Amino acid sequence: MSKSEKENRRIGRGAEAGSESDAPIKLELSGLHKSFGSKRKPLPVIGGVSLQVHEGEFVSLIGPSGSGKSTLFHLIGGLLQPEQGEIRLDGRVINGERGHIGYMPQQPALFPWRTIEDNVVLDHEVNGIPRRETLDEARRWMERAGLAGFEQAYPHMLSGGMQQRAAFVRALLSPHGLMCLDEPFSALDAFTRSEMQTWLLDIWEETRRSVLFVTHHIEEALLLSDTIYVLSGRPSAVLRRIEVPFPRPRREEIAESPEFLALRRELTGLMKEEQRKTRSSDISGIL
Amino acid sequence: MSLRPTLNQWFRFAWPPFVAVLFFLTAWEAAVRFFGVEAWILPSPSVIAGEASKSAESLWMHTLSTLQLTLIGFAIGSSVGLLVACVLHLVPLLKSALYPLLILSQNVPTIALAPLLMIWFGFGLLPKIIVITLVCFFPVAVSAMDGFAQTDRTMLNYMRMIGANRVQIFRKLEFPHALPSLFSGLRIAATYSVMGAVIAEWIGAQKGIGYYMILQKSAFRTDRIFAAIVIIVVLSLLLFLLVTLVERLVIRGGRRSGNTEGGELR
Ligand SMILES: Nc1ncnc2c1ncn2[C@@H]1O[C@H](COP(=O)(O)OP(=O)(O)OP(=O)(O)O)[C@@H](O)[C@H]1O
Ligand SMILES: [Mg+2]
Repeated sequence: MSKSEKENRRIGRGAEAGSESDAPIKLELSGLHKSFGSKRKPLPVIGGVSLQVHEGEFVSLIGPSGSGKSTLFHLIGGLLQPEQGEIRLDGRVINGERGHIGYMPQQPALFPWRTIEDNVVLDHEVNGIPRRETLDEARRWMERAGLAGFEQAYPHMLSGGMQQRAAFVRALLSPHGLMCLDEPFSALDAFTRSEMQTWLLDIWEETRRSVLFVTHHIEEALLLSDTIYVLSGRPSAVLRRIEVPFPRPRREEIAESPEFLALRRELTGLMKEEQRKTRSSDISGIL
Repeated sequence: MSLRPTLNQWFRFAWPPFVAVLFFLTAWEAAVRFFGVEAWILPSPSVIAGEASKSAESLWMHTLSTLQLTLIGFAIGSSVGLLVACVLHLVPLLKSALYPLLILSQNVPTIALAPLLMIWFGFGLLPKIIVITLVCFFPVAVSAMDGFAQTDRTMLNYMRMIGANRVQIFRKLEFPHALPSLFSGLRIAATYSVMGAVIAEWIGAQKGIGYYMILQKSAFRTDRIFAAIVIIVVLSLLLFLLVTLVERLVIRGGRRSGNTEGGELR
C-alpha cells in the first residue's frame, strides 16, 4: 500500500477536509452536450454539464432517474462522443478515447465464466499487464473486501453484496487514476447497502483515489463525498455544487449531526422538485 | 460436486421415458402377434432383434463406416459453420450482406442437392462430406452468431470502457458468452449429420447404413430395415450425448458458466 500512502502525502491532506481546490484537477468536464434520437427528433440528454474532480477527491453526482448520469459516464469512458464540450483528464482532451478510467457499471457485470480472481484482474489483463504482477495486490484487496476464500469461486456462488464488492475491487485495481462508479449499491437491500457504504468509506479514506460516484441516495452522497453535484432532469445541467464540510476520517455517526440533517433537507427538496418537473415534462411529452 | 446426485437425477429423469418405450414395444409385439401381421409389412420387435443379432457382423461393419463418415462430416461442417459465424460477426458489412441470403438458402432442401453433388464430384467421400457440411453448417453458424450478438451490453460496455480492442472483446467476452448457444447449435448439427450421412449413402455408396437400407429395401427385408433404423437412432443419440458431454467439460459452473481455461480463446 505504499502507492496509496504516497498519493496521500502528495495530496497533502490529513484529517482536514472540504476544500479540494489546492489539489490538481484530475477530470474536468466543460459544457458537455449529448443527444440521442434521430436528426429530425433529437432527444437532448446532457445539456451543458461542467464539473471537476480534483486529484484524490470523492465527487458524487445525484440527479433524477433518466437524467443522463450513466450517459455521462459513457461519454467520459469514450463509448460516446459529445456533440459539444470537452472532457479533460490530467489536462488532456480525451473526447471519445477509451481505456483511461477504472469503471464500475450499474450492474456488477462480472464474467460468469471467470473465477472472482480472474474477474478482478481483467482490467490489467486487457491493458497487457502480466497476471503474476497483479495477483498479489488483487488477493490483498479481495481479502480487504471480505472475499478471502472466494478467489476461485464463480460469480454465481456469491451474494449480491459480494458481487458488488468484487466489481468494486476490479475497478479499484484498474491501473487508471480515476474511478467512475455508477450507482454501485442501487441493487442492494438497505442493510447491506449501509454496510457497503461504511466499507467503501474505509477503503477510500485509505487509498484516496479520485472518484466520480453516481447515486440516487442523498445520505450516501453526503456520507461519502467531498463534493456533490446535483443534476437537473433531462436535458441535464448542474443545478448546484455542494462542498460537504465533514472532516475525514468520517464515521457513520455524522448522519445524526444537525449540519448533516440540514444538508439532507436541502438536497431532498431540490431533488423532489427536479423529479416532479421531470415527471410533468415526461407526461406532457407523451400527451 | 459429487457424481452421486447427478447420477440419481439422471436416473429419475430417465425412467419415465424408459418405461414408456418398454410399454410401446410390448404393445407392438402383442399387436403383431395378435393380428398376425406379416413380417414383410411389420415385423415384431423380437423378430427385428433376432435378425439384428444374426447379421450383427455386417451391420457392425456398415455402422462403423457410417459413423466415420458422420464424424468427419460433422467436424468439417461445424468448423465451417463456426468460422463463417466468426467472420460474419467480426465484419458487420459482410453480415448484413450475407445473413439474409444464408437464411434464404435454407429454403433449398439440402437433400435435393445430393444427386447434383454426386454428378459433379463422383461417388467418393467428397460429395458425401459436402452434403453433411451443408446440413450441419447452418444450425452451428446461426446459433453462434446469435450467441455473439446477444452478448450482455453491460459487460460489452465495461470491456470498451477499460479500452479492450476488438480482438480482446471477441476472445475474452463474446466467444465465451456465446458458448452455451453454440453448443445448442452443435447438438442439433450432431443429429443432422447422422441424417446427412445416411442420405448421402442412399444416393451413392458401397457401404454404410444408408447403403444397407437401400439394399434391404429391394429385398423387402423389412426386419433388416428396422434394425438399420434403430442403429441410426442410437448413433444420433450417441452423438448428441457426446456433444453434451463436451459441453459439460468446456462450460462449467453456474449459468452453465464455464471456466477461463476452457471458455476463452487464448
Ligand atoms: N444508447 C442510447 N440510445 C438512445 N437513448 C439512450 C441511450 N442511452 C441512454 N438513452 C436515453 O438517455 C436518457 C438517460 O439515460 P441514462 O441511462 O444516462 O440515465 P440515468 O441518469 O443513468 O438513469 P438511472 O438513474 O435510472 O440509471 C434516457 O432517457 C435514455 O432513454
Ligand atoms: Mg444510470
